[in-house]
Amino acid sequence: MPNRQVDIQPERRKLSVGPLSTGDKWFFRTTTIASNFAFILVALILVFLFAKAWPAIQQQGPAFIYGNTWDVESDPPVMQLGPMIWGSLQVAFLGILIATPMAISAAYAIVFMLPQRLAKIATTLIDLLAALPSVVIGLWGLLSFAPVAANWAKLLNQTLGFIPLFQITGDEPTYIDSPFIAGWIVAVMIVPIITSVTREIFSQTDSGLINGALALGGSRFSVFSRVILPTSAPGIVGGILLGLGRAIGETVAILYVLQLTFDINWYQILEPHGGAVASWILSRFGEATEKEFEGLMAAGLVIFIVTLIINGLANVIVSRAAGRNR
Amino acid sequence: MTKFQETASSLSAENISVWFGERQVLQDVSLTFPANKVTALIGPSGCGKSTFLRTLNRMHELIPSAGLAGSVLLDGQDIYDPKMNAVDVRIKIGMVFQKPNPFPTMSIRENVISGLKLSGRKNANPDELVETSLRRASIWNEVKDRLNDQALSLSGGQQQRLCIARSLAMDPRVLLMDEPCSALDPGSTRRIEETIQELSESMTIVIVTHNMQQAQRVSDQTAFFLADDNVPGGVVEFGETEQVFNQPIDSRTNDYVNGHFG
Repeated sequence: MPNRQVDIQPERRKLSVGPLSTGDKWFFRTTTIASNFAFILVALILVFLFAKAWPAIQQQGPAFIYGNTWDVESDPPVMQLGPMIWGSLQVAFLGILIATPMAISAAYAIVFMLPQRLAKIATTLIDLLAALPSVVIGLWGLLSFAPVAANWAKLLNQTLGFIPLFQITGDEPTYIDSPFIAGWIVAVMIVPIITSVTREIFSQTDSGLINGALALGGSRFSVFSRVILPTSAPGIVGGILLGLGRAIGETVAILYVLQLTFDINWYQILEPHGGAVASWILSRFGEATEKEFEGLMAAGLVIFIVTLIINGLANVIVSRAAGRNR
Repeated sequence: MTKFQETASSLSAENISVWFGERQVLQDVSLTFPANKVTALIGPSGCGKSTFLRTLNRMHELIPSAGLAGSVLLDGQDIYDPKMNAVDVRIKIGMVFQKPNPFPTMSIRENVISGLKLSGRKNANPDELVETSLRRASIWNEVKDRLNDQALSLSGGQQQRLCIARSLAMDPRVLLMDEPCSALDPGSTRRIEETIQELSESMTIVIVTHNMQQAQRVSDQTAFFLADDNVPGGVVEFGETEQVFNQPIDSRTNDYVNGHFG
């Protein structure tokens, strides 16, 4: 074999990756502008919120995040968001807790059990749920659902009341306006998102794995719990985080079914006593003074950042899961 | 060492016909698989041999539109009898698939004993079961130092032998193999063929293959399946492998084994 000449550098040719025609060029430009536009818009909103919120943040200091008081009558006004931030997390967490099993069951039924036509109908109905305006869900929650769920709350309190989580301190409990009920309402709103992501992930499950598991004597449940669920887990977690993003930002619906109180409610979820940042902003916005407006903007900034982080995390997890399945 | 029963079972299919919805894909197939024999099912694509294989351990019924006539007898007992439990049937009659399908979220070790977990069975000594099963599938020496590694870290041929080990851990009396080497390189193929020879000492084996040489190397008897447009598949010829390949009675068998079509 002749000696390879490694010292000679071959001249590189220019390879074109540009547009192929005028039409292609315009297509390329339009999509570039559109995608950058979304990015710029998010950045601008962030800058806007930050500018509006800055005076309040500066004045309130870190207590804005953990403090317990909202008093705009005093001078200077005290604006501390602790109970609302905790309440948002509490309601969102309850929502996830209720929605996740429902969504996973629905997705399993759609992908693995229902005949195709029924599966299509179920998918459409669940997607329709996501299209309902949140004010409609809020009103339904207030007028129809809360009275029913109050009975569940009563049952929980009477049977499991010895657990601090289900204790009620007041004398004549109403069992409504509680984080428990708000959690259910949020669950109804995020079930469609989690179902839709989980359905997608389930339908990508390698049928070879399922057949293999069945041939080893697996039952429906053992194949689900030992093969389908573990391989789908990262994707489902991504779907849950997407749901969490929506739950944290939920406003109107919660306002109808939750008593917002500036006294932190750590865990008694059946008490008419809770918080939600976004709902608080909405309830105060109309009558806010200039100072309070700045405080509400700062509250908006908090939600925006939390949601951004959660969605970012969700995207990373979902795309990793998709990559691994391929 | 974990005690494996050293007795194979005989299996026989009697007058099997198969439908998917309204479409009939198999017509009146009767084959006997004597204990400890290796039987090859050959025939062109779409002739129904893989479908037939799936009727032998009740995997067929998992397809929603599937229909069946006839019976499959395991040591004289009809596996489709309403009193028979499909899970018991699938444990006694193991299956290895065309594409290696180890469970990606489990380690090598967990894969071997996954059948226990999936079927809710117990084993007094899982560590021994893991070693014995991997030895029987002749992959123990390659993986003994990395039992906790992910199963997907193995090569394709190793994955397939892991899947064989996984079936063996359930101590099946019969092993069904659906083109187990079609996704593998020649070296891995040869090793799996050797494993088949060893396993036939303790179980009955039915193997679907597209590879004529493989059928001749590993099997004692061969069934040739054929289907035509609008005619459901069926067995054209069934006999000793030697005879089917060298002195076929039917001219279509002769054409197929000599590569004239298919």
